[in-house]
This record gives sequence, C-alpha cells and structure tokens, in this order.
Amino acid sequence: MSALLEIQDLSVTYRTREDDLPAVRGVDLTVNAGESVGLAGESGCGKSTLASTILRLQPPSAEVTGAILVEGEDVLTLGWGELRALRWAGASMVFQGALHSMNPVQRVGDQIAEPITLHDSSVSARDAASRVEELLDQVGLRSATARSYPHHLSGGQRQRVMIAMALACRPRLIIADEPTTALDVMVQAQVLALLADLVNELQVGLLLISHDLSVLGTTCDRAVVMYAGRVIEQGAAFDLFARPRHPYTTALAAAFPRVGNHAARYAPAGLPGDPPDPRDLPSGCTFHPRCARAVDACSGHDPRLLSIDDGERAVACIRVTQEVPV
Amino acid sequence: MSVVTESGDTGAADIEPEEPGGGGRRNSWLRYAGGRVLGSVGALFFMLVFNFFLFRVLPGDPVRTLARNRLVSQEQVDELTRTLGLNDSVGGQFLTYLKNTFTGEFGLSFRYRVPVADLLLDRLWPTLVLVGTATLLSTVIGVYVGMVGAWRRNSKFDVGSTWTSLTLYSMPEWWLGLLLIAAFSVGVGPFPGIFPTGNLISPRVEMWSLEGVLDMAQHLALPVLTLALAYIAEYALVMRSSLLDEMGQDYLLTARAKGLRDVQVRRRHAVRNAMLPTTTLIALNLGFVVSGALTIETVFSLPGLGLLVTEALDIPDYPVLQGGFLFFSAAVIVANLGATLLYGWLDPRVRT
Amino acid sequence: MSAPSSTTTQTPRQLTWQRRQAAAVRTWAEFRRHKSGLFGLGVLTVFAMLAVLAPLITDRSGLSVTQSTGGVLEAPSSEFWLGTDQSGRSVLTLLIWGGRISLLVGLLATAISMLIGTVIGLASGHFKGWFGAALFRLTEWFLVIPFLPLAIVLQAVLGASLANLIFVIGVTSWPGTALLIRSQTLSIEERPYLERARVLGAGNWHQMTRHVLPNVMPMVFANTTLTVAIAILSETTLSFLGLGDPLRVSWGSMLDDAFAAGAITTGAWWFLIPPGVAVILVVLSFTLIGQALEEIFNPRLRERS
Repeated sequence: MSALLEIQDLSVTYRTREDDLPAVRGVDLTVNAGESVGLAGESGCGKSTLASTILRLQPPSAEVTGAILVEGEDVLTLGWGELRALRWAGASMVFQGALHSMNPVQRVGDQIAEPITLHDSSVSARDAASRVEELLDQVGLRSATARSYPHHLSGGQRQRVMIAMALACRPRLIIADEPTTALDVMVQAQVLALLADLVNELQVGLLLISHDLSVLGTTCDRAVVMYAGRVIEQGAAFDLFARPRHPYTTALAAAFPRVGNHAARYAPAGLPGDPPDPRDLPSGCTFHPRCARAVDACSGHDPRLLSIDDGERAVACIRVTQEVPV
Repeated sequence: MSVVTESGDTGAADIEPEEPGGGGRRNSWLRYAGGRVLGSVGALFFMLVFNFFLFRVLPGDPVRTLARNRLVSQEQVDELTRTLGLNDSVGGQFLTYLKNTFTGEFGLSFRYRVPVADLLLDRLWPTLVLVGTATLLSTVIGVYVGMVGAWRRNSKFDVGSTWTSLTLYSMPEWWLGLLLIAAFSVGVGPFPGIFPTGNLISPRVEMWSLEGVLDMAQHLALPVLTLALAYIAEYALVMRSSLLDEMGQDYLLTARAKGLRDVQVRRRHAVRNAMLPTTTLIALNLGFVVSGALTIETVFSLPGLGLLVTEALDIPDYPVLQGGFLFFSAAVIVANLGATLLYGWLDPRVRT
Repeated sequence: MSAPSSTTTQTPRQLTWQRRQAAAVRTWAEFRRHKSGLFGLGVLTVFAMLAVLAPLITDRSGLSVTQSTGGVLEAPSSEFWLGTDQSGRSVLTLLIWGGRISLLVGLLATAISMLIGTVIGLASGHFKGWFGAALFRLTEWFLVIPFLPLAIVLQAVLGASLANLIFVIGVTSWPGTALLIRSQTLSIEERPYLERARVLGAGNWHQMTRHVLPNVMPMVFANTTLTVAIAILSETTLSFLGLGDPLRVSWGSMLDDAFAAGAITTGAWWFLIPPGVAVILVVLSFTLIGQALEEIFNPRLRERS
C-alpha cells in the first residue's frame, strides 16, 4: 500500500532581515494508513515547523524545499483551491487544546461544525449539528458540550474537542502537535488511549508530536527523533524508547524515568549545554558539543542516517553505525 | 459508539463543571445586566449628590457667593433661595433637590428667565442631530479604516492613515472647526465660502420641508464633518490596535488549517473578535463625544445644548449650568450602560 | 552610609541602585529604536527649551497690552515674524510665552492626577474587602462623569485662575490612571514572591511601596506621558472657552482671542494657525513618546511590531 504521508528531503528555512534560520534540514518521514508515528525532540528541533508545513501553514518568511506527498500528491505544489480542499478533509491537525487555539467567543459546537459546512456547502445546519453530536460522542463528551464556550471547559475537555474538531471531515491523516503537553498524567493517558483507539477504528494515519518520548513509546507504532532540524534516530516506538541507540535519544529517554526503576533515580538526568542556535550550528554532528560519546571525528563529519539491526532501526551517529567518514 | 466512556471524564483531573447549555446564555446575561444596571444607578446617584454639594461647598451664603460680581435682581435672589431651599437643613435641602430633579424643576435661567427644563428640551434636537450623524458616520468609516490599516500593516495606506489619525487626535477638534470655517465658509483666496455659519437653519425656512432639510444639511455639513473627523481618528486608532492584537492569536491558525481563505479568517474570526475591545474603548470615551458637542456648537454657533452651557458661563447662569451638567452626565452614564450591556451580550467571557 | 563599599560586598541599597541604573540604560537603548518616539522627544525638547528660555529670548513687555507697538492684526513682517494680535502684540512672543503656561498646566495637572490615581489605584488593588471595592466603585463613578461639563461647572464655581484650572484638570483625569494601576496591582499581587513577603510579616505599606510600586512604575511612566497629552488638550479647550486665567496668555487663550476678534473673517491666519500647530506638535510628541514607552514596557505589544 502506498504511504499516506511521505515527506521527502524537506527543508524549511526562516528568512529574517538579519539571518537565515534553518529549522528543518533534509527530513524524510513516512506515515501509512492505520499507523501512528511519533515525532520527538526538544523545543526548537523543528518538529512543530515540520507539522505546520505539511498543510502549508508555515509563516510567509519560511522558505521550503523538498516534497510532501499526501496520498501521492505534493502539497507544496498544490494550487490554493486544492490546498484548501485538502486542509481538514484530507489531513487535519490537532493543536494543543490551550484556550487560545479556539475562538473564545464562539460556541464549541459551532467551531466543530465550521469545517463541515465549509467543505460541503450542501450540508444543512441540522445535519451538521447531528454530525457534531456524533463526533462529541466519539471522543467521550456529552452532546450538551456543543453549547459551551471554550473557557467553560477543562483542559482535558478542550483537548477532546480539538480531537473531535480534527475528525469532523473524516480525514485520512491526522497530525497531533503536542496534544497532551499541558495535561496532567491521568488525563494524558485518557487522551492517548482515545487517539490510539481512533487510529485503530478509523484506520487513519496519525503523526503524533511530543517532546515526551515515553508518550510516544507507549502509543505509537514507530517513532522518529529529531535534533536541530534533522532526523537522528527512527524505529519501532517502544523499542526505541526502551533501547535507545543514539546518545541524544538515550538522554531523552532517561529524562522520563520509569516507576520502579531504581537505577534511573541515580543516573544523571538532563543534558549539559543548550539546544543549538540555528544561526550558528555546530560543525559536523550538531549534537557533538553535548555528547558524552563524542570523538574528534564527530566535529568534522555530519553523520548519515543509516540502518542497523536488519533495518529495524536507523541512527545517525558514527559511534553507533560504525560509519566511516569520508 | 463511544470510544471512551464518559465516566473517565469526571476523574480527579477534570473537576471543572460544564456550563449547562440552552437557557444558560440568557440567564447569565441577565445576571450580568442586573449588576451593571445597579452600578449605573449608583453612578447616577453619586453624580446627583456631587452636583448638589458642588454649589453648596462655597463658604458663606451660597446665594450671595453665586451672585457675586453680578447684578442680580432681588427676585432672582429670592427665586434662588427658594429653589435651593436654603431655609431648610442640609438634609431637607437635599431632599428638595432630589424632588426637584425628578420632577424636572431646575429653576429659572438667569439669562432667559424661563424654566431650565424647557430650555434643555428646546435645545436638545440640534445636539442630537449633530452628535448622532457624526457618530454614525465616524463609526462606520473609522472602524473600516482601522481594519484595513491592520490588514495591510505598514503599507502606505496604513502609515498614512495612522499618522493622519494621530495628528487629528492631537488636535483640538474645535480648532479644526475654525480652520474649516475659514476655508469653506469664509473662503480662502479665490474660493468662495459655500457653507453658512451660525444656526441650524436659515431664518424663514420651514424645517420640515425639502428646502428646510437641504438647508439644515448645508448648515450642519461643516460641524458634522469636523466632529466626524475627530471621532474617525479615535475609532481608527482603536480598531487598528485591537485587530493587530487579535491577529496574533493562535486560533486563527486553527481557522486557516480548517481550509478557510485568509479573507474568511479575518472577517469571521479576527475582525469580529476585535470589535469587542473596540466597543469597550469607545464606551470609555463617550465623554469625549460630549466635549466635542460642546466645543463644536460653540465654534459653529449651533443652537444646541452645548452652546447653551458654554453661553451660561458668561453670567454665570447657574441653574442652566447645573441642569446642563446633570443632563450630560446622565446621558453619558446611560450611554455607557448601553455599551456595556451590548458588550456583555457579545462576549460570553464577561458574563461568568 | 557608613564605610565605602569594598569590591566583594555591597549593601542592598547599592545593588538596587545599580540594577535600576542598568534597567534605565537598557530602556533608553530600546527607546532609541523607536523612531517616532525619538521624533516626539526631539520636538518636545525644542518646546521645553523655548519655554524655559522665554525670558532670555523675548521681552516680557511683549505680553503687555498697553505697551504693544504693532498695529491691529498685522500680517507677518520682518519686525513681527508671526504678525500681531488684536492688541498689536507680537504673536510670536505670545506663542513662546503661551507655551510656558500650557506646559506648566499640563505637567502640574498630570502630577496631581497621577498622584491621586496611583494612590487610589494601588489601594483599591491591594486591599481586598470592602475598602478596596469601595475605592473601585468611586473610580468607576468618576470615570463616567464627562470631563468637560464637570470642568466647566467646577471652574465656574471656583473662579477663573490658573491654580483652579490645574486643580480641575487634575481632579477629573485621575480615574483612567487609577484603573490601569489597579489592574497592574492585581496581577502583580498574584505573584508568589508577594505571598512570601506577606508570610514573612510584611505590612501593607511595605508590600505596596517596596514590592508593588516599583513593578508598576514603568507602566505608570508610560501612562503619565499620555496623560500629559490629554491634560494639555484639556487646558487648551478650557482656556479657549474662557475658563483659564484671563491675565495669562496660553495657546488656548490666544485662539479664544483670535475667535473673538474675528480672525477667521479677516483672514488673520498668522493668529489662528500657529497656536493650533503648536498644540498639535506638543500633544503629538507626548503621545508618540507614550506609545513608544508602552511598547517597551508591555511585552505583549512588542511582538506586534
């Protein structure tokens, strides 16, 4: 089966008056129908830029090269009409359910219904309303929620509304950008379970973005880790979380210790240094200044993403892949 | 077909209750409105008390002090003493004052020797026409200019309109009126004056005839233009600022992601929401509308309430001053209440 | 202060002073990037200098009606650069001296307004319970009363003098400031360090003056410049209506004279235009400076430009 989403060599650079900031540098990523792929990395690694670029929502100052194929069609070359048709009906986004992601003075039900009537003007108000009820039921909310305003709802309820909104036009692909970040652990678990069930039932493709590797490890089929705009590791999600290979992934996984794992309590947590400034990226492997396993060669060579373990995992690190710098 | 059961929703994490739908909207607005109306009643009462004590705060015999340096006849002194009820205690005087206010008994004007209430009613019409027309025009134009300025930020239109607005805003509106009179009524150089000054309507012209309406329009053209320009500047600046604030919000990204065209995003979401703080800021400046009416009528000699009050300074005609102050204050309080209620209807966040 | 500071330890007061200085330097650096604010500051400096140096650059006798040397409403000439008024006085002299009054009234009235507004705003924000609520109600009531009718009535009752004018403007323009400061106080008081201060035993006075006030000051400063702009406009209007001091010349009174002397019909533009332009320039300058300061101190606004 052809991939639902295929990102090929995507690069996104923000052009400002003073500098060029490369946010995404040559990323390849694939999502198939019925599959959930996690995208992890710390703030500023480019994952949100990547997410917004899929629907061409990046800011006007951003320059994009590469290709983003959604069901075979390159989003970056679509005309405006086709793009608008694709938005929400082909692929939709679940934003973080903060108060500002929704129109504060419009009822939640109207906001869910908006894309329905937008994409199919033949839908009557009554039909739209019943579809809204159906969607709210799907995400576990009472139908009376439709009459509420965003500020009446709790964080968990708002996140479910965002999910319901994303499902409104029956998209084939859903991009969820940090959907659980602002939620506490119990609610987080519920929302993740909801997403997993939806993927299963509706056979949609899900791209789940989070800085929390443990979330991806438990919910997704595959996971991709980004650092400074590049993919540095990818593989089966739980395996990647349990047995990380790239030094950065190791640190990221260690940031979320497991209950009952006494050793984790004594391991040094966190990475030294700060995320790299996109204007002034380190030479060679961009991670080498903060890496515990770096050697001299690391500062001179930018490692390629190479498969190991019979293709089950790919890592961009010369210490792991034994890549010989040329 | 529920994927997650409802009971999970009411766990320890989700403790905020949901707002009941349906009648909740109107009930919460009524509660909000009730609170606001009470607040306005309080403001009105405060203003009445303030007005009362204003003229009695002077030491000595109020009547003598009020009539200082002025030739006032004995009957006017008696009249004033009677209306002020100075023979009673302060409490009694206050009650008399309240009674008078509510029965519309404001005393006689020193200058015109007619009841102040009649004067106020007589002069009300020109002021309403002036302020009403100017406000209507300027709201529409000003909001539109501000909106376009924000959409096309830093374009030539935006820069030009913002600077023009700032300059108009920094200018006393009556000074603009003087310039316009000089330009269009008196004529500059070879250009003759085409607008008359003074009065609402030429003498011996029937007000309710076509000729009368046109004549009135000619008389009102410059004053309305002057006031409108002053208001437009204010509304444009406020709307531009509100819309710029709104355009930075995240929910607009959600709207774009849904497939809305940019124009739709702006109109359906940004502009509509930007109107809310605009309404508040405009309501806060209703006093500005009043002062505009006062000064413009003075400069253009329009026989309205504003001119009545400023003319009353000459004598000073205290009954007129007191009555005029009462009227203008009450008008602003009521208009403010109206704007606040409207805002409460539009923005549900305020009602909770 | 006892011994001079060593290089290793500093008193808290010295530290605070150093930090404040550093903050001021940073603010100035940021302000310099706002071209409109700089323009306003430049124009204002010119007017301030003219006002201060007035006795040196012009003769005070130029204000006297009895000693006037020019003809009635003469057009500008080499002798009178801006022509003369209805009493033969040089309009330029009047303009320069009038600036002193306009600026003086504007600044003093603003000082009063800011004082009242800050005190009431701080108190109504800080004191929960009936006292704070009562002050808030008072602020709201004064806010709705329209300024000009109130000023007219007060001035009529109190009499036409400069002091009364300053008093009237000050007393009627404080509510806006009070509301702003109240909302700032409320948001600052939610911060944790204030709770800690209270637990440590800080009294009301200490909390307000040592914690809330320094944080509120930047916004107050920005608001002050905008208030001065409004105060000057108010003074001009009140003087134009004849409510200022009849013995003092201000830009508003000049325009009142112009209006009364029929400068419009006789086309005496030199009497009509300069005072208005002067008001526009000064008010615009204060507004631009105030807007620039607001943008600097209110981080929310910064993202826009």
